[in-house]
Amino acid sequence: MTEADPAKTPALRLQGVRKNYGQVVAVAGVDLVVDEGEFFTLLGPSGSGKTTLLRLIAGFERPDAGRIELGGRDVTSVPPHLRDTNTVFQDYALFPHMSVADNIGYGLRVKGVAKPARERRVQRALQMVRLEGLGLRRPNQLSGGQRQRVALARAVVNEPEVLLLDEPLGALDLKLRQEMQIELKQIQKDVGITFVYVTHDQEEALTMSDRLAVLANGQIEQIGSPVDVYERPATEFVAGFIGISNVLTRDGVRFVVRPEKIRMLAEGEEADPGMTVELGRVEEVIYVGMNTRYVVHLDRGEQLVAVRQNMDALGDAQKFEGRPVRLAWTPDHTFVLE
Amino acid sequence: MTVEAVGRPRPKPGGAVANPSIFWRIPWLRTAILLAPPLTWFVAIYLASLALLLVTAFWTIDPFTTRVVQSWSLDNFQQIVNEPTYLRIIGRTVLMAALVTMTDALIAFPFAYYMARVASRRVQTALFAAVLLPLWASYLARLYAWILILNHSGVLNWSLQSVGLPAANVAYSDVAVWIVFSYIWLPFMIIPAYAALERIPDSLLEAAADLGARRWRTVRDVVLPLALPGVAAGSIFTFSLTLGDYITPVLIGGGTSFIGNVVYSSIGIANNVPFAAALAMVPIAIMALYLIGAKRLGAFEAL
Repeated sequence: MTEADPAKTPALRLQGVRKNYGQVVAVAGVDLVVDEGEFFTLLGPSGSGKTTLLRLIAGFERPDAGRIELGGRDVTSVPPHLRDTNTVFQDYALFPHMSVADNIGYGLRVKGVAKPARERRVQRALQMVRLEGLGLRRPNQLSGGQRQRVALARAVVNEPEVLLLDEPLGALDLKLRQEMQIELKQIQKDVGITFVYVTHDQEEALTMSDRLAVLANGQIEQIGSPVDVYERPATEFVAGFIGISNVLTRDGVRFVVRPEKIRMLAEGEEADPGMTVELGRVEEVIYVGMNTRYVVHLDRGEQLVAVRQNMDALGDAQKFEGRPVRLAWTPDHTFVLE
Repeated sequence: MTVEAVGRPRPKPGGAVANPSIFWRIPWLRTAILLAPPLTWFVAIYLASLALLLVTAFWTIDPFTTRVVQSWSLDNFQQIVNEPTYLRIIGRTVLMAALVTMTDALIAFPFAYYMARVASRRVQTALFAAVLLPLWASYLARLYAWILILNHSGVLNWSLQSVGLPAANVAYSDVAVWIVFSYIWLPFMIIPAYAALERIPDSLLEAAADLGARRWRTVRDVVLPLALPGVAAGSIFTFSLTLGDYITPVLIGGGTSFIGNVVYSSIGIANNVPFAAALAMVPIAIMALYLIGAKRLGAFEAL
């Protein structure tokens, strides 16, 4: 599913949203539709406007132009405390003077949910993020990963129309981040709340999203499913930002070939019929554990990167350094840049 | 310290530390040398004088010769406890200190909130100057300024009469003492309250709004509890300074006694230093209790 379903009322709709800070254009006219129950990611480098966009949706900033709708209702000039959104902040923003349970229950308390119901929902939220029994702790008695879960529970427990997450895993180490990616995705599926997720980590975006928007300079470069965006990037920026891209120009056509689609032919090995073959010289061999990257300087000028799984590298990859190689790929696996 | 931190080591001009590696070989030496002068001063002058005060409090004076009798007795303390006058004075002083502290907290909090979270950088600087500037002026000059304001024919009554209100008779009264104390110690409350408020991350306020809290609800649930340690830290100053001051009650007050001016007159008029010492122990004891309470509120982390 690459297009939002027009028949349903979308959870979130942005129309021509702009935001300037003085002379700096943070968001330069964004149109976006996010479906009910979707895991939608805003992906972009720092300064691309993704966090500003999230803050506009939450209501912390007011757009200079454009319209923001939540569940079909225009909320462009509605303050954050009246919007049906909740945010998981990058620094978690847990209240240090409240217990974990009070943090999670704060939104319900403000809304006037009676104590027994509130406590029940807080307990369920604690279970959901696997923090049973830690309700009486203070945030500073928790680890980074646990705090992250509390921040998530504090937002999810309110069952908002849209849940906004601002690089929530940014402060965690790689291992924990990967675990939390899977867990977050699972929680999103279970509760069925629409997630709008901001990250600069392309792998994270590809792993978790139903659809994602790639942002650069305050504008959307491409919206699509992870497969779309990776296999058929719309612009050179998208191609370069997501994964490693080798941009080549042949016969006046600029196109991209992904490193994993390139085959390094062994001596005497023939390329399959229909494959493009180019000659080059290996400049550098980079061992990255799961695979090995070969930086190849083509005889026709460009430099490109080829990747081989290490199941056939046998640890002897270094011997290729400086050697001439033949690279082959199927034209179907390349994509042309306009 | 900073000199050593910059660039390559430079030759030391002679002396006991000619070999620079001595600090490396004996790690505690640097700390010892650094701390020795202030520690000596602190122990010899500050703690020793406090100890002397404590010792003197157990002495008495000969009522005929007014000479100090250096024999141990609890007479002074018994006198303080048994005479209702002194208990009243202590009660009045503590009440005044509490009133001044509360007044300052009530004035300082919104002021510090505006400074820390609302005002622009430039306004902030201007307000800082406005808060600190009075501290550069002489204490006495400021007291006399207040006498001119609160006098029967002073600025206050002149202003009240010019808008058709009856004159206020606050000059030379406990009310005047309360007003002037609150004024004089206000900066000591504003600064720590400001520091505490400034330290609250914006994201916490946004999180409260995000969870549905209006502005006032956010102030009540998030800002106030997090600023409380700062206000408690400020109250240590306002409370203790009021507890010990003797000039303001004498110059501004209407003749009612506070601990400070009773201590003063015990020395200056009655020449009874041991009794003055015993009475001076009272605010010290009260402050010790107060500090324990303030520590519970996290005031020391906010300093």
